[in-house]
Amino acid sequence: MEAIASSLITSGTNIWNIAVKETRTYFASPMAYVVAAAFLAITGFFFVASVSDAFSEASIRGFSAGAIFFMIFLSPALTMRLLAEEQKLGTLELLLTSPVRETEIVLGKFVAAFIMLTIMLALSLYFVLVLFIFGVPDTGPLYTGYMGMVLYGSTTLAVGLAASAITSNQLVALVVGAGTLTGLTVIDFIAERVGGTPGEVLNGFQLGSSFQTFDVSNFAVAQGGHFADFSRGIINFTDIVYYLGMTTVFLFAAIVLLASRRWR
Amino acid sequence: MIKIEHMTKFYGSFPAVIDVSMHIKKGEVVGFLGPNGAGKTTTMRVMTGYTPPSEGTVTIAGYDVITHSLEARRHIGYLPETVPLYLDMEVTDYLRFMGQMRGMNRAWINERLPAVIDVVKLGDYRNTYIQKLSKGFRQRVGIAQSILHEPDVLIMDEPTIGIDPVQVVETRALIKELGGEHTLILSSHILPEISMICRRVIVIHEGRLVADDEPGNLSERLRRTERIELAVRGAGEPGEVISMLRDLPMIVDARRDNSASAQRDAGEGIIPFLLDARPDREAPENVAKAIVEKGWGLINMHVIPMSLEEIFLELTTDESLEG
Repeated sequence: MEAIASSLITSGTNIWNIAVKETRTYFASPMAYVVAAAFLAITGFFFVASVSDAFSEASIRGFSAGAIFFMIFLSPALTMRLLAEEQKLGTLELLLTSPVRETEIVLGKFVAAFIMLTIMLALSLYFVLVLFIFGVPDTGPLYTGYMGMVLYGSTTLAVGLAASAITSNQLVALVVGAGTLTGLTVIDFIAERVGGTPGEVLNGFQLGSSFQTFDVSNFAVAQGGHFADFSRGIINFTDIVYYLGMTTVFLFAAIVLLASRRWR
Repeated sequence: MIKIEHMTKFYGSFPAVIDVSMHIKKGEVVGFLGPNGAGKTTTMRVMTGYTPPSEGTVTIAGYDVITHSLEARRHIGYLPETVPLYLDMEVTDYLRFMGQMRGMNRAWINERLPAVIDVVKLGDYRNTYIQKLSKGFRQRVGIAQSILHEPDVLIMDEPTIGIDPVQVVETRALIKELGGEHTLILSSHILPEISMICRRVIVIHEGRLVADDEPGNLSERLRRTERIELAVRGAGEPGEVISMLRDLPMIVDARRDNSASAQRDAGEGIIPFLLDARPDREAPENVAKAIVEKGWGLINMHVIPMSLEEIFLELTTDESLEG
């Protein structure tokens, strides 16, 4: 029992130390600032476009629709370096010959990326402030919207991290990560053609808003996928399970891919 | 401290290391010598637990590197051939992080850090970004991370490759100093480097361990021996054959061939042997005659064309060419 407890403490310490180191690296490079600026600029456009009509609703739906769309590229951009660079520099060889588990490495990196995501979402809270200054927003969808973005963001980071474990080339990691996320987003196109029960199963894996239902002229109603209910103020248990499940699956994939480096 | 038993490592179908066994005692300073691509790095990677052996076992300080990997890794300090550094970190930040990864707590790191920086003479570069350091200084940072956590076993893969000659001299002196405190394993394809630092040399060639001796004896043997493979049938005790062969002129040493391939090829009642002989035509003749006179069956005799001498020629003996 004591051995398990002390091993958990060691794991926790390792994860935290890796997370701190990676977070510091984010801020030491232009990466964090560039990505955060791009995120705020692009989602800001979506936000403005969705609330500046004469009778538009005071909500963050436009912002969140833009955010989850942009995260398809932004998340893999945040995570592409994390494991690919370790492989390129050879530092992975040092980590894997230190008393550190693959799981701890992957979770530490994930936590760092998650901290970045949280910071960016925190910065976007000024959209909410604007809503409260100029209107009377419904608070329910605000809470669930942010909750949904955190969950959705976690999944995209996990996918990006798994892509980064595949290769020592950051660009390849970015393309594979963004490609996988795009695939999960347009899965309804495939589901439609497959049809029947398999089609419905595929539809169940729809990550976020479908491009099909993404109506550029009406930013407020991005629909489809597991994010839709969050943007409407509804907390759906299935959606939470989906995002947490996908995050776990892809983090596990990253761990397995990393461990498989030993055999190559 | 380190026990390798019949370790074989395949990459795909390519055997990088074949049936290597060695025991290294606490405090020994051992050099792996061999031409490029001989299997030195692979052997080291298996020892550090980075990659698992295909066959055989490796234990570090009593811990199997596969079944008790984390415990085994706690005892190791490792410097891979390409020094693995986070270029966007400052020297002390990097060392602190590596210390944390090695399981050191803050107090221990604070205590060790000044001492280690002093040993590798990085005092003026504590807060320099690693990116800005020259290759020789990066090498020192690499050495610093490998000794920070006071490991029992220090494994260094080609630690002087690719740095300028002045720094090579300094690095060798530093490594020699470290050898006093650690069980040290170092690989090189430069013979003088190994003889200068190590008291025991293990020669690896084409994945096989071909010699394991003191540098002095090795040079002697390099000049004077070749190897004969032998299979004898109907000879009762192997010991009898060995003592008979050892008494022959021209034969330096005789032992039973325990390699897997030799055992496999040997049939019923056939025992394989390995001989170290003076390079002289009479040596194999003498062996054949002696065996036949005893009434035993000489099933196979093979003078190995690749002698230590030839391996020796593949090694860099002229320092001006490399390093």
